[in-house]
Amino acid sequence: MKISTFFYTIKQGIANIFHNKWYSLASIATISACLFLFGIFYALVSNFQSILQNLEEKLCVTVFFEEDMDYDSMQEIGRMIRARDEVSEARFVTEDQVWESVKQDWFGDRMEELEEAYPENPMKGEANFEVFLKDPEMQESLVAYLESLPGVRLVNKSMMTAQTLVGVNRMISFISAGIILILLVVSVFLISNTVTMGISVRKEEINIMKYIGATDFFVRVPFVLEGILIGLVGAVIPVFLLYNIYDGVLRFVTERFQVLDWLLKFKPSAEIFRFLTPVSLCVGVGIGFLGSFITVRKHLRV
Amino acid sequence: MTRRELKRQRREEMIEQSGVICLENVIKTYPAGSHALNGISLNIYRGEFVFVVGQSGAGKSTLFKLLLRELKATSGHVWVMGEDLSRMKHRRIAKYRRNLGVVFQDFRLLKDRNVYENVAFAQRIVETPRREIRRNVPAMLAMVGLAGKYKAKTNQLSGGEQQRVALARALVNNPSILLADEPTGNLDPQNSWEIMHLLEEINDQGTTVIVVTHNKEIVNAMHKRVIFMKKGLIVSDEEGGEYIDED
Repeated sequence: MKISTFFYTIKQGIANIFHNKWYSLASIATISACLFLFGIFYALVSNFQSILQNLEEKLCVTVFFEEDMDYDSMQEIGRMIRARDEVSEARFVTEDQVWESVKQDWFGDRMEELEEAYPENPMKGEANFEVFLKDPEMQESLVAYLESLPGVRLVNKSMMTAQTLVGVNRMISFISAGIILILLVVSVFLISNTVTMGISVRKEEINIMKYIGATDFFVRVPFVLEGILIGLVGAVIPVFLLYNIYDGVLRFVTERFQVLDWLLKFKPSAEIFRFLTPVSLCVGVGIGFLGSFITVRKHLRV
Repeated sequence: MTRRELKRQRREEMIEQSGVICLENVIKTYPAGSHALNGISLNIYRGEFVFVVGQSGAGKSTLFKLLLRELKATSGHVWVMGEDLSRMKHRRIAKYRRNLGVVFQDFRLLKDRNVYENVAFAQRIVETPRREIRRNVPAMLAMVGLAGKYKAKTNQLSGGEQQRVALARALVNNPSILLADEPTGNLDPQNSWEIMHLLEEINDQGTTVIVVTHNKEIVNAMHKRVIFMKKGLIVSDEEGGEYIDED
């Protein structure tokens, strides 16, 4: 192919968009709407999973020791705990730290009364290890191990929470994968329908080109290029809109709901759009390319 | 002699012996079962001007589509310029059609482009250098009498003018054969005659012209070779013939 022909076909692809502006706008709107929905859903799901992950990270098992055990033996057990695969972190809490925390949490404004009533630390023998898990699903096996350790008096756990988190997380993964798949299928259907409609209108144009000796390639390139450009624009618009909306919502929620800061750990825009931008662009361009390629092929057998 | 040269020589010999168009026992049956052509044989030689006439359903359009290689014969052979169309692969069709000029009853112009662009498009397809396009297209438009309207959109032209643009587009690549399917079907008598005179002029310059038509007056007045078709068969083929009145 000559360079001049190459540029001519590119020029035609761009010109096609403007010649068929209503069809182009309809296609761009369809792609944008589908990718916008996909983007919203992805942002919601990934934030929900981030919140769950945050909760999972906060899930811990507390290990209490026999009352007469010295700190060195406790640290020895701590080393054994940290060596386990299930453990992400094991934090030692002394008796004094336990008492301080109880005072703060429960008697914040009556601290002085409390100190008078309890001149000695009443939490003797309550030194413990707070053990954080890598995965709440591993809690059962870890607890069994901890309970088997000599010198361990009690292991506090919340099987219910762990199982709920595991269940919810799994359910969300399945549902979101399903919905994303459905959204993509619907998008492909809608977009290829729009492309089909647009090309049917121009079937005559393709026929004319073929009758006067245009090769399949020569006919196809402007249409495919048009499809790619429409897909690209259709992808850029929702990404741009979503970025601004997401940023705004994030700012609003973090300012208004500071109380829930410990719970609502939202993903920063950069993290969401690091995935969403390339995926949306690839889906938009891919659908534009495939839609036009396949649909033009149908009309090339002239 | 290389293989390609040998092939070309054989093709030339075939054209000399059997004509630029040669049909041998061609049968075309459509998937629904209707027989459009029932075993026709035909030779058209270089430089001829041929009318293909007959009533609707006679098989004229099927013949036209076979020559365009839009359809494939169910059996028999169709040779055009020494090439066997029944064995032609899809990817070769585009190149084959560049040797043909085609004119339709409904003009089939690219509506979103102007007169110049419509004619230039045929040259762009064959990758003619831009400089040559700029020289050839105005010359061709001048030949069909549309030099002053090169910027006009096709929907701003009359039927006769649109057909002239179609003719210019068909001829700009110097085809060996010009196929015209009812070229005057949508035109008034004056425009019809003007188009026919243009076709005659083109034929005088050496192009083989095949015109499928219903226009009795024109056929009878021009005294060219007339192939009369009926029910998928050639019922008469006469030099200087006339349109047979079936009544």
